[in-house]
Amino acid sequence: MLRGFRHQLNSTQLNPGDLQLDIQDVQLSFLGVTALLNVSLNVHQSEILAIIGPNGAGKTSLLNCISGLYHPQVGRIIYYNSGQHDVTKLRPYQIAKLGIARSFQNIELFRHMSVLDNLLAGCHVYMRSNLLSSMIYWGSAQREQIEFRQFVEDIIDLLEIEAIRKQTVGSLSYGLQKRVELGRALAMRPSILLLDEPMAGMNSEEKEDMARFVLDVNEEHGVTIVLIEHDMGVVMDISDRVVVLNFGQKIAEGTPDEVRRDPHVIQAYLGEDKSVFPFKYGQQNNNNG
Amino acid sequence: MAETLPQFLIEHARQTPNKYAMRERNYGIWQAITWGQYLEHVKHFCLGMVSLGLQPEEAIAIIGDNRPEWVIAELAAQSAGAKSIGLYQDSGVKEIIYIILHADVSFIIVEDQEQVDKILEMWSELRGVRKVIYYDPKGLRNYTEDFLISFQDVEQLGQLYDRDHPGWFEERVAQGKASDIAILSTTSGTTGDPKLAALTHESMVSMGHNLMKVDPMAPQDEFVSFLPLAWIGEQMMVISCGLKVGFTVNFPEEPETVQHDLREIGPQVMFSPPRIWENLVSQVQVKIEDSSLLKKKLYNWAMPIGYQMADIRFRKDTPSLGLRWKYKLADWLIFQEIKDHLGLRRLKRAYTGGAALGPDVFRFFHALGVNLKQIYGQTEINGIAVVHRDGDIKFQTVGTPIPETEIKIDENGEILMRSPAVMTSYYRNPDATAGALKDGWLHSGDAGYFDEDGHLIVIDRAKDVMTLHDGTKFSPQFIENKLKFSPYVREAVVFGGDWPFVSAMINIDFANVGKWAENHQIAYTTYTDLSQKAQVYDLIRRQVERANADLPPAARIQRFLLLHKELDADDAELTRTRKVRRNLVAQRYDDIISALYSQSSHLDVETTITYQDGRTAVLQTRLKIESMNGGG
Repeated sequence: MLRGFRHQLNSTQLNPGDLQLDIQDVQLSFLGVTALLNVSLNVHQSEILAIIGPNGAGKTSLLNCISGLYHPQVGRIIYYNSGQHDVTKLRPYQIAKLGIARSFQNIELFRHMSVLDNLLAGCHVYMRSNLLSSMIYWGSAQREQIEFRQFVEDIIDLLEIEAIRKQTVGSLSYGLQKRVELGRALAMRPSILLLDEPMAGMNSEEKEDMARFVLDVNEEHGVTIVLIEHDMGVVMDISDRVVVLNFGQKIAEGTPDEVRRDPHVIQAYLGEDKSVFPFKYGQQNNNNG
Repeated sequence: MAETLPQFLIEHARQTPNKYAMRERNYGIWQAITWGQYLEHVKHFCLGMVSLGLQPEEAIAIIGDNRPEWVIAELAAQSAGAKSIGLYQDSGVKEIIYIILHADVSFIIVEDQEQVDKILEMWSELRGVRKVIYYDPKGLRNYTEDFLISFQDVEQLGQLYDRDHPGWFEERVAQGKASDIAILSTTSGTTGDPKLAALTHESMVSMGHNLMKVDPMAPQDEFVSFLPLAWIGEQMMVISCGLKVGFTVNFPEEPETVQHDLREIGPQVMFSPPRIWENLVSQVQVKIEDSSLLKKKLYNWAMPIGYQMADIRFRKDTPSLGLRWKYKLADWLIFQEIKDHLGLRRLKRAYTGGAALGPDVFRFFHALGVNLKQIYGQTEINGIAVVHRDGDIKFQTVGTPIPETEIKIDENGEILMRSPAVMTSYYRNPDATAGALKDGWLHSGDAGYFDEDGHLIVIDRAKDVMTLHDGTKFSPQFIENKLKFSPYVREAVVFGGDWPFVSAMINIDFANVGKWAENHQIAYTTYTDLSQKAQVYDLIRRQVERANADLPPAARIQRFLLLHKELDADDAELTRTRKVRRNLVAQRYDDIISALYSQSSHLDVETTITYQDGRTAVLQTRLKIESMNGGG
């Protein structure tokens, strides 16, 4: 009767609250169009940080800079783990190896492979055996595969996807595919998880599930979460801190409550949609005011 | 000679310590627990609770999916002389509080964070509860309440207690008497607070003993436990029969993986309410519809042979040699395959109970060669009193009484039962007890009679039988079962008693109709949306026509509508065993019923949806009403 987790899904060496990611004056432009302008930001171990902002504010660009898909022209990104790493100019796979994993706005899974194989593929960054010994599948290569499988079973347990273990990803519903994608990112044992709109296109029940899994990953394993999300209800519910971008610039940063009351934020959102902070949040403001 | 359940456990652990008592699929692999380990767990968990103050007159409550810990906790409480109560996971807050206070529950054993959160919400009202014990620590790391403790920690306390008090456990178990109360089982009351049937060890043991006399099982048999352990039917198989015979009980990984796990184990026996069997039929029908032309042809060739064979066996005739050969071929070509897919291939016997099962479903399984039998019983008589004997099956009856069980029909036509398995009382409820137990006879509240072969026939609860406009008496369940035989109909409620004609309110089967819609390129978003598609109405219309074809004219459905939401046990529209609460449904959908009997072709309904964070939204839906005699 084994219960609970047998593996730590987090590879960090830091303590909760330690500075983990130090983004210094990052600037990114494409052929003269500025995507990010002097953005500075700290991420601390084991927090949930949400990046919000209107369309085209540069949220995904910032995430891409962290994960190495884009390289900022100006500024530095320092990542702390066992030591200090300047990741500004590193390639995506090098950054992944250091412990920063991400999911994408569009699902990027192997559609014709099973859920299990997709998750096992996420373990590849830790694979030690070479091609030849893997082909023979004997000795250390075999032990390694068994170890990976046990590790992946922990993720399956965490994300409650036991029933779809052997199904091909392409046959699954959108919400489940998103969950599998989260699982594959976790298979890399990340210390930071970057999630680009993990709840986009989901119905309210799927959103609630996803929010719970994100919280579980954070609470159970202390994985730092940096997420972009449009659903303000979710953002305000689960984040420890919120950063607001507008036209490539950081216009506010703080706890959800602070950000909600920030005049710059209200200004930035007013033009777009008056009901960004719907339901109880609006009411709260009225009471306070 | 063992007479209590823990004594049986000790006997098995002594005789076959290394045989598998339980298996649980976890991390993708079947993990086994031997009888020896089973006893160790029970012993340590029992002593752990004792060291935390468990007294014999107290009770423990258990809420959770079916897991080894569930059963271990139950046996541990009984080992200490205390009682156990299983609670349904989806029980309402009020119900849980009532039961816990009513039965002096001192320990609550829960599965995981979800239930811990639920208990925390009502904690201030749960007087007398000392500890809440959870067995899945996921998500509970940061909980600081001092009354929370993990299952493993309790077992560790038990080990320490055992070191200081060696032999205490064995002595305490030996002191147990057959007349001690083993479990309190909730009954599915339709009104008021739930009643708790107090069932002794004698009741539990004798029931297992007597059922096994009729339908013996072997220690090497397998059973898959996937229905709520709070239900008496599951207690009956897992605890009573399991401890009596010593077969292996298997627990699925998650509720969603039951079908897969069932297939991997291939159990020798199954006991499920009608709902499960109906779903299996739907699954087969849909899968066949989806398969290749060859398979469809084969299926359509084989099924009539199966039905022919089944009908001959029902009549107890001997099939001709030719038919037997044809059946063998059909079995080899297709029936074995179907049974294998459903995990029914190795079944010696299958039971259904809790409500009436339609004859169509019965015939279907017997055509496949599944020995499906009806059980009749109640929680108050430990689940079973009457069962079909092998080879003596009539689908309008529930069979004949099991050994040591007397049944008589009183002057009002009510079924009365007497056996060692009858409850001692409703726990702390003398009024209700006096109503149900008179001179040792259990009054079932069901009307019934014996047929010429001594089979008991249970009539629908007397008040449910309706009188049609032409004066004939008719059971609405019969019509509903006809409808539900279609894979596209999940639930149906038929009205007609007080009205000029018969009409029906139908729940479509979301999965199957959804699949059908996909195949026919019909786009839909939600259940509500799908249920109101014109094509879906046409589809269901054909199902209603088929059901009507078998019915006398007066009982035919004239008008029907597809309900925009599924009937739900959370809304008390179904009982926990998924029987429709007819009266409540009739009340709640009053406006819909009047619309069915009006001239209008549609009805606007408003539903308020409450999200889990407390937000609400109002949905407007227009429900179409379809008339069968053209127009609409």
